Amino acid sequence: MNLETFKFDIDGDGIAHAVFDVPGRSMNTLTGKAVADIVAIAKEVASNDKIKGLVISSGKPSGFCAGADLGEMGNRAGSSDDSAKSEDEKLKERFEQGFTLNKTLRQLETCGKPVACALNGLALGGGLEVVLACHYRVAANDNPKQQFGLPEAKIGLLPGAGGTQRLPRLVGVQAALPLILQGTSFDAKKAHEMGVIQELAPGADVVEKAKAWVKANPEAKAPWDEKGFKVPGGVPHKSPGAGQVATMSNMMVAAKTYGNFPAQKNILSCVYEGIQVPIDAGLRIETRYFINTQSRPEAKAMIRSLFLSTQALSKGGNRPDGYPKTEFKKIAVVGAGLMGAGIAYVQAKAGIPTVLVDVSKENAEKGKDYSRRLVEKDVSRGKSTQEKGDKLLDLITTTDNYDDVKGADLVIEAVFENEELKAKITKQAEAVLGEDAVFGSNTSTLPITGLAKASDRPENFIGIHFFSPVERMGLVEIISGEKTTEATLAKAIDYVLAIRKTPIAVNDSRGFYTSRCFGTYTREGMEMLAEGIKPAIIENVGRQSGMPMGPLEVSDSVGLDTALKVTRATAEAMGVDIQTDDRTQFLAWLVEDNGRVGRKAGKGFYDYNEKGKPERLWPDLNTRIDVTVDECPPELKQHYINRLLIRQAIEVARCFEEGVITDARDGDIGSILAWGFAPYTGGCCSYVDLIWGIKPFVEEAKKMEEKYGERFAVPQLLKDMAEKGEGFYDRFPPGGVKAKEAA
Amino acid sequence: MTEAYIYDAVRTPRGKGKQSGSLHEITSLSLATQALQAVRDRNELDTSYVDDVILGCVSPVGEQGADIARVAALNADYSQETAGVQVNRFCASGLEACNMAAAKVMVGEADMAIGGGVEAMSRVPMGADGGAWSTDPQVAFKTYFAPQGVGADTIATKWGFSRDDVDAYAIESQKRAARAWEEGRFKKSIIPVKDQMGAVILDHDEHMRPDTTMQSLASLNPSFVGMGGMGFDEVIKQRYPELESIDHVHHAGNSSGIVDGASAVLFGSKEAGEKLGLKPRARIRSMASIGSEPGIMLTGPSYVTEKALKKAGMEVGDIDIYELNEAFAAVVLRMMQALDIPHDKMNVNGGAIAMGHPLGATGGMILGTMVDELERADKETALITLCVGAGMGTATIIERV
Repeated sequence: MNLETFKFDIDGDGIAHAVFDVPGRSMNTLTGKAVADIVAIAKEVASNDKIKGLVISSGKPSGFCAGADLGEMGNRAGSSDDSAKSEDEKLKERFEQGFTLNKTLRQLETCGKPVACALNGLALGGGLEVVLACHYRVAANDNPKQQFGLPEAKIGLLPGAGGTQRLPRLVGVQAALPLILQGTSFDAKKAHEMGVIQELAPGADVVEKAKAWVKANPEAKAPWDEKGFKVPGGVPHKSPGAGQVATMSNMMVAAKTYGNFPAQKNILSCVYEGIQVPIDAGLRIETRYFINTQSRPEAKAMIRSLFLSTQALSKGGNRPDGYPKTEFKKIAVVGAGLMGAGIAYVQAKAGIPTVLVDVSKENAEKGKDYSRRLVEKDVSRGKSTQEKGDKLLDLITTTDNYDDVKGADLVIEAVFENEELKAKITKQAEAVLGEDAVFGSNTSTLPITGLAKASDRPENFIGIHFFSPVERMGLVEIISGEKTTEATLAKAIDYVLAIRKTPIAVNDSRGFYTSRCFGTYTREGMEMLAEGIKPAIIENVGRQSGMPMGPLEVSDSVGLDTALKVTRATAEAMGVDIQTDDRTQFLAWLVEDNGRVGRKAGKGFYDYNEKGKPERLWPDLNTRIDVTVDECPPELKQHYINRLLIRQAIEVARCFEEGVITDARDGDIGSILAWGFAPYTGGCCSYVDLIWGIKPFVEEAKKMEEKYGERFAVPQLLKDMAEKGEGFYDRFPPGGVKAKEAA
Repeated sequence: MTEAYIYDAVRTPRGKGKQSGSLHEITSLSLATQALQAVRDRNELDTSYVDDVILGCVSPVGEQGADIARVAALNADYSQETAGVQVNRFCASGLEACNMAAAKVMVGEADMAIGGGVEAMSRVPMGADGGAWSTDPQVAFKTYFAPQGVGADTIATKWGFSRDDVDAYAIESQKRAARAWEEGRFKKSIIPVKDQMGAVILDHDEHMRPDTTMQSLASLNPSFVGMGGMGFDEVIKQRYPELESIDHVHHAGNSSGIVDGASAVLFGSKEAGEKLGLKPRARIRSMASIGSEPGIMLTGPSYVTEKALKKAGMEVGDIDIYELNEAFAAVVLRMMQALDIPHDKMNVNGGAIAMGHPLGATGGMILGTMVDELERADKETALITLCVGAGMGTATIIERV
């Protein structure tokens, strides 16, 4: 046997040992080559009479296997075969390819020889599916990194190597479904309780234990191959309880996902249909649904954005090349308000010595209290220890004296949005900073080029836009001003990576990328309201489009007073008469005539309860709007969904056109992580590229423009792209700043 | 085409659909058998002239499975030449069975045929037959599946029927049913159910609560709050985004009761009736079935009524009395609202909220009720309809002869 990804030997007792060890990688994944090796091993075990049984383990300290190779899979997802074969032939060919691992694992499972696996570390996705196909599973009880799970659903896929068939047969449908649908991972103890793992042993002994079992059980069979096997908890249409489980599972998934995630429905179908038939048929059904899922644009979009791009950006994929990596020995945060306090916390958590500056030491201490509270919470919940917590807190020094800022590699200003104040702090900080130090301004809207005017070293000045609450939001938007250098950008990206967040790199503009585009969603919601669409329709359609909240609820959380201020300022800047502008008038009526400023006041578009949860839409909204649309059949609903999402995508396209963003990955990841753009689309760019396709998108957008006017005006860029058949990922490929010139 | 006439209609009283109900110890076969025997005996019918027996049954499994119509005909000692078929159109199964019997007469397939139905809900529980609609994700997602009660509450929310409205309707149903029993309006068609010895075990509808008041209903908790809150409200709002929330107004007191019972209606051509010396009581004017939006599920009656009226060349006002199965109060309120039917023409003798709804049997029961009422009240035309699972509706228009 010529194996590349496994080491294989046979011991004196005839027990074969296959050690999974993909060369040149720190973690095993099921690459095409690995699958081919498993096929060869299965064949060898079945046909070689000297082999009495097989033990599978890993040669990596990281664990057994992290699952499929998503790079390879991402390329296959959503792709089409343009050959002249008939549709039926193409599908059958895809089935044969997709069924390879299922078929092989099933052959191994039924070869008549015992197969055991020895686990020490994680086994996820396809890794766990290989494990589940073994007759006996031993795992380490002393490895804190021991982790199991089928996370495929998180990136729009489903387990396609028997996971949807073996897990329910092992633990019952009710226990298995949430694990598959949500992709939750679980530890060795839970795995043992559920029966996913049969034996726990010290990590050093797992291989020996597995071998011992193989020796003692020469005629192993999977439980489902035993006569009279019954699925725990029963099977739909054979036991009434199981029918209930199916009905309720469908309801829960439909209620939560609004039917937007093809994989979710297909997982339910794999289990529902597969569990009613023998496992061989179940595996075929699973592969068919896997291929169905994989060929949907949502799968390609989700794999690319939620896995590949997120991972790339989190590793500095958009960092300019050629600048040495910055190690941060000291960072100052000026302004100990909510944002500054949060920033100080995440820095200290990442082990970076932090100086927290405010007008008084007392204020700075108040800012540090934020970290104290978070530490206390983590310690009380067992997520951290007192010792680690104390260490974290020791890293934060509070002060009112700029002398303490001296020697910092980076200063982050996080005072409130006032240009003069920010200018003053810029000067104060620069007075004590070294030549190379970077000054970062945390602002969500003020143009960086303008703020940089206060700086003596505008080339070292950059926008670092955090989202609230800082400790929970994974994204940081980095904004280069006119004079900001690539070296400064590289440092800022190093900083974001150091605090373990995901950076996107954008260029200067009012509202930059995220604030600017995010605002279109709420504004379109208000346009719809002014048009006379029943508020419940706007809100339900917003949520059902995949956005985390309806647009009116989002406006409430931002604050309607803020919205009014911004609307008036924008209207003024654009020369719109605010007296005749419906949206401005409506907001003024809410805020100024009725004191409904949003969630913080317990009343806005919604009435809120004491916990700040929306109770109901304010009934009196109807006194001000003339409701003309109070029914929303499916076609109209789809139109409104398109309207809300396309409006945002057009603003994103404008940002590309103006050079505000230059890398499609920044566009996608920014839209999902900053404002929760419908994640099943893979983000705003993938929504255009994959969910619509550039040409149909532009067609639809033009119709919207005709119907709703200028705010839907299709940018020339999109028209050009449509003409050439280019998507965002063709026009603005990974490459960030370098692609800027190309664009 | 041959005219189809109704020669007779019988129904059993409705027993409470639980273990303590009087009919719980009577098999569904026995209920159907007794209904068929009654039709035969009252009319001194030579059953070899009955070409087919069509019975509705919604949970045709267990003792109700394997074509209970044929089995009941055999057990009732009908001629072995009489065929039998069981049909399922959910709540309208009984009426559909009657429509099919009438249709067989009309096209000349049968000279005489019996339609009706049976459902022993205390013995074969609702949902016992499973089915793909709610369990198979492919169709459940597509159709926004939610239980009927959530659909009924959605109707109330969408068309503005408050808890008071539905409760007031329920009380009127109880009153009308009580008056109808007092005045013997059901006398013609009720056949007391006999036990294993042949003694009468039930001779009246035992589900009724004539003393129901607004206060007594007010104490009942809405039945579908839990189901709705678990997620079905969120599902149905995907089809009706205009609803901010679902107002759960239905409960055991304003929804149809779960009961046991059977019905049988004898149809035939004029010639067949003359040959056997039978007197026709009513004539079929038109029949119809429709499908409408399945998620809300229960809005079919107004649409199917419009269709049946059109086929008969009639208008809403041409019908003297309407009978719509009271699955849930809001279903009836919505049909009256949609077609502008006055309450005094609708369900004049009460309905399933008071007397119960033995799923497969109800259609035949209320058809018989209307035949009796046309004669009693000296009216000409009646329309019988039911809301049906998955958004369907079935209706029949009859005319007294």
